[in-house]
Amino acid sequence: MSKYIIRRALSLIPTMFIIVTLSFFLVRFAPGGPFSSEKKVTEQVLQNLLKKYHMDEPLGKQYLRYLGDVLRGDFGPSFRYRDSTVNQLIAQTLPNSMMLGTIALSMALFAGIGVGIVSALKQNRWQDYLAMSFAVVGISIPLFVIGPLLQLILGLKLRWLPISGWITSRDGWKTLILPALTLSFPYFAYIARLSRASILEVLRSDYVRTARAKGLSERVVIGKHVLKGGLLPVVSYLGPAFSGIITGSLVVESVFAIPGIGRVFVQSALNRDYTLIMGEVIMYSLILVTMNFIVDIVYGFLDPRISYK
Amino acid sequence: MKKSLFVFLALLAVFSVGAQDLIIANGAEPASLDPALMTDTTSSNIGFALNEGLMVYDPRTSKGIPAMAESYSTSPDGMVVTFNIRKDALWSDGTPVKAQDFVYGWLRTLNPDTASEYAYMLTMVIKGAAAYNEGKGPASDVGVKAVDDKTLQVTLVGPAAYFPDMTAHHAFEPAPKWAIDKHGSNWTKPGNYVGTGAYILKEWKPQDYILVEKNPKYWDAKNVKLKSIKYLASDNSTTNYKMYKAGAVDWQVGITVDLIDEIMLRKDYQVSARFGTYYLSVNNTRAPFDNANVRKAFAAAIDKKTLVDKVLKGGQIPTDAFTPAMVGYTPQPGVGYDPAAAKKYLAAAGYPDGKGFPPLTYIYNTNEGHKKIAEYIQQQLKTNLGIDITLQNMEWNAFLDMRSKHDFFFARHGWIGDYLDPNTMLDLFITGSGNNDGLYSNPKFDAAIQAAVRSSGDARMKLLMDAENLLLTQDQAFIPIYHYSNQDMIDTNKWGGWYPNPLGYHPPKFIYKK
Repeated sequence: MSKYIIRRALSLIPTMFIIVTLSFFLVRFAPGGPFSSEKKVTEQVLQNLLKKYHMDEPLGKQYLRYLGDVLRGDFGPSFRYRDSTVNQLIAQTLPNSMMLGTIALSMALFAGIGVGIVSALKQNRWQDYLAMSFAVVGISIPLFVIGPLLQLILGLKLRWLPISGWITSRDGWKTLILPALTLSFPYFAYIARLSRASILEVLRSDYVRTARAKGLSERVVIGKHVLKGGLLPVVSYLGPAFSGIITGSLVVESVFAIPGIGRVFVQSALNRDYTLIMGEVIMYSLILVTMNFIVDIVYGFLDPRISYK
Repeated sequence: MKKSLFVFLALLAVFSVGAQDLIIANGAEPASLDPALMTDTTSSNIGFALNEGLMVYDPRTSKGIPAMAESYSTSPDGMVVTFNIRKDALWSDGTPVKAQDFVYGWLRTLNPDTASEYAYMLTMVIKGAAAYNEGKGPASDVGVKAVDDKTLQVTLVGPAAYFPDMTAHHAFEPAPKWAIDKHGSNWTKPGNYVGTGAYILKEWKPQDYILVEKNPKYWDAKNVKLKSIKYLASDNSTTNYKMYKAGAVDWQVGITVDLIDEIMLRKDYQVSARFGTYYLSVNNTRAPFDNANVRKAFAAAIDKKTLVDKVLKGGQIPTDAFTPAMVGYTPQPGVGYDPAAAKKYLAAAGYPDGKGFPPLTYIYNTNEGHKKIAEYIQQQLKTNLGIDITLQNMEWNAFLDMRSKHDFFFARHGWIGDYLDPNTMLDLFITGSGNNDGLYSNPKFDAAIQAAVRSSGDARMKLLMDAENLLLTQDQAFIPIYHYSNQDMIDTNKWGGWYPNPLGYHPPKFIYKK
């Protein structure tokens, strides 16, 4: 087991190296550059800028310099936000996205699994139809519709909740409710469908039939045997879902004016803020591969069919 | 229950508003608070609170009025301007403001290592500044000298009458050497920031907000009414508008274009002419646009007034000229809307009724507003000239890249003046100018602009008018569409000292609650 974990952990290194290398060159192939604007800078100022950020050097040299910096944990200065380094920007925005994402995913997880179980056990009854129609709505309506709609009704018309802002504003934690609700919606819907489907599958499996044949009570059958197997797909979904949700959603962060990394990520790509894009890609990849790594290990504990050698 | 909850929340909202005097939805996260590095209005809006140059923008006219300088004098030939710095001017840390701080600040902006994108504001007027910025001359040759602690002498490249007004721009602000030496690029962070403005930087939460508070050491502090100002970084204009309607924001910079029909009926919608022009760039070196008759046919085929009145509805001013009208300057228009004339021009160019006209693509950066305009132009050219054009939207940087490489035929373009003078507009079209994407070139035009640099007063304005006459009336180098408008949401019955003005700059020191 520990051997597996070590081997698996070591394999993260080449993965990260390939990601850094690919994205370093890819972002530079995009047309335009970090210093383009409607009011073009003079040739001399452009040269000054390129020199300041070592962009006048050959690409290979820039790459090696960048690799060295990254190994030291230095993502360099942002080209767009010129008063800040990429490290500062990530440190200031990522925790906000993480907090919101964790809240939203926890909400989605509890509600989604609950609804999934009820639907599966009441298959083809009205509870099932109601829950699954709700889930279809959740999956199909985009966030940029749900968010502004909630804002309009609960924020502007009824004035129960703040329209936008962050916990730093005078509305405090109340600012979290609408964005967390919006963000959790598609995850909730997906988890509900996923858990329903896999629980249904498990209900029909041989080992559940065996458990029932042994005369176990329905409560024990469901609680001990069905759920354990039925929720495995949810666990494997959690890895990418968690890394996706905590690294921020452009739509939710923009609609609710949340100082998160999702907005920064998209802006940095549009601004060709090379160092900021790179820093965020690296952070995102690190989180993603780590989460998948953790999920793999947790899986081993949950699923008796899997053993690591 | 719901009702009482509502009342409670409403009361809470009313009582907690006092926390900040003015809350501004500023439209985006500022790129920088360093006056030498600011490039966008999001940054400079905050900059106007934190810093003050020799002049400050008059909130009504956008002209310069004395600020750090209490007075100035110009030499008889107009080449040397001497500023007398206020005796009571202090930095926010209590250090007296000296002429040397301006010399340091300006040389810092010009220093190639600073790589300031607005250095060109200085290089175009100050003697020796261009050479220093290009690394070809020493800092000591730049025409800015501290005669003594309170006297700043500036030597210009020509008798630029608009120079004192220009010094209200952030590129001309002084810089606190001691703070920059101590903190490096972190000098713009709260706690480190030292400024000359009416407010000091209190908090900066990136992507969230910036909070500034009244600076008690500011020379005119007794006339500064607002205790604090909060600038929100939210970039979603629909959300910002909802916040504004809910009373959570007092001033929304910019508006939600999609909601113009609702917004234009509101009394607190502020719209005014802006010193800039939206135009269609054509590549003067490529067929069919190398033929002036084609350019004129296009200009005559587009009904700009209907576009502005019926499609855009945002207070823009349709125009056939490039430079907005101002005192002493009459804009020189190109061809106006006239479908019959348009057909004649096109026939003269060899394409009667659009026959044989080569396939043409109009490029614009992806944006709902630009799209509406592009579709309108497409329809006008079809109706009035019988020409079919293809529209292509592009991602912003890809668009800029293509346009700046002159690899286009027909493209959207816009230009906002940096100071109130025709020069900031017409300069664009000098042969080889970095922003002359359509590659217009006319030696006579260049000569007129160069001659204007060395002259002054009415003679100078005459030269500039002659230049625009060549550019548009004779050559129709591009197709002007409208002058931009400033659009803001702020209730001027509640807030005083805020006026619509041509540059759209609103120094907060003048704003007060009525």
